[in-house]
Amino acid sequence: MNRNKNAFINGIRDGIPIALGYFSVAFSLGIVAKKAGLDPFQGFLSSLLNHASAGEYAEFTVIMANAPYLEMAFVILVTNIRYMLMSCALSQKFDPKTSHLHRLLVGFGITDEIFGISIGRTGALNPWYNYGAMVIALPSWAAGTAIGIVAGNVLPASAVSALSVALYGMFIAIIIPASKANRIVGGVVAVSFLVSFAVSKISLFDHMSDSMKISLLTVLIAGIAAYLFPAKDEEEEPEEEARTGNAGADSTKEVI
Amino acid sequence: MTHSIYLYIFVAAFVSCLIRVLPLTLIRGKIKNQFIRSFLYYVPYVTLAVMTFPAIIAAPQVPLAGILALIAGIVASWKGMNMLGIAALCCAVVFVCEAIAPFLT
Repeated sequence: MNRNKNAFINGIRDGIPIALGYFSVAFSLGIVAKKAGLDPFQGFLSSLLNHASAGEYAEFTVIMANAPYLEMAFVILVTNIRYMLMSCALSQKFDPKTSHLHRLLVGFGITDEIFGISIGRTGALNPWYNYGAMVIALPSWAAGTAIGIVAGNVLPASAVSALSVALYGMFIAIIIPASKANRIVGGVVAVSFLVSFAVSKISLFDHMSDSMKISLLTVLIAGIAAYLFPAKDEEEEPEEEARTGNAGADSTKEVI
Repeated sequence: MTHSIYLYIFVAAFVSCLIRVLPLTLIRGKIKNQFIRSFLYYVPYVTLAVMTFPAIIAAPQVPLAGILALIAGIVASWKGMNMLGIAALCCAVVFVCEAIAPFLT
């Protein structure tokens, strides 16, 4: 019980910067939602249920075009396909005995950022950690969207600009320590940076959505890395550690 | 033909929920295949790296601010700063850069 409570509190703590970042990004999403004819409640609902920036931009574009529902399903499938990869990766981070309900709820809450912080955890993933992050981050995203619809951009440009890098800062906080601990991961991260930069400069890929690029590059680079450098089986130890005391692992994680 | 905005929202929510939930509920237990295991081991790092760069440069109003935030973030996390600290540091770097940028040109 106590372990779950601890994980929940840690989730809230790590969710705070996500919530701040979301809040500022969601304003601009709200402005798009307003153009598509959504009222604040509809924007709130959409962001609470769908919670994906690129996915929701696409969603509002479909609404604006008054396109068929089937097109909506297809567009969402394409723009959000990377969550399927994340969900696959998270399945390996769960204790195999984790219940269906936990899997459903954690799956529902996957966003780029919540996925990121879950991967940063040591040992098996406690669903309550994700719930903590979801409880603070998702309403913030939804509220930001609704306020964006009502008020347009309420934050000054300088604040939006500064907050826009908060989420990337969190990603850095996850990939750099992993790169430091494992040279192959470091190499893979460096290659990912380079290839991603190159692709952004090649006009051939201009018509491809960012989300599609992310999914495509992930499959390619992770696939090649897996072929060249099969990962060692080191999962057994942290799992045991997690079973004996996640709370202990939680507190040490910050110190290291 | 006009469509209901609520129905649009629910179609979008339903599809994105399926995408997120299916693998987690269907893949129970550890995957034995060495290649797939390795692939899924690298997926998070590649995804996060690809999402971060070069997007972090494009996000702020001044690209140089993004570059400096990236460098500051990498150095700070190498030194062991925690996640909240790094997020705040990156924001601060951009804010300060953009505040002094007008005076430099």
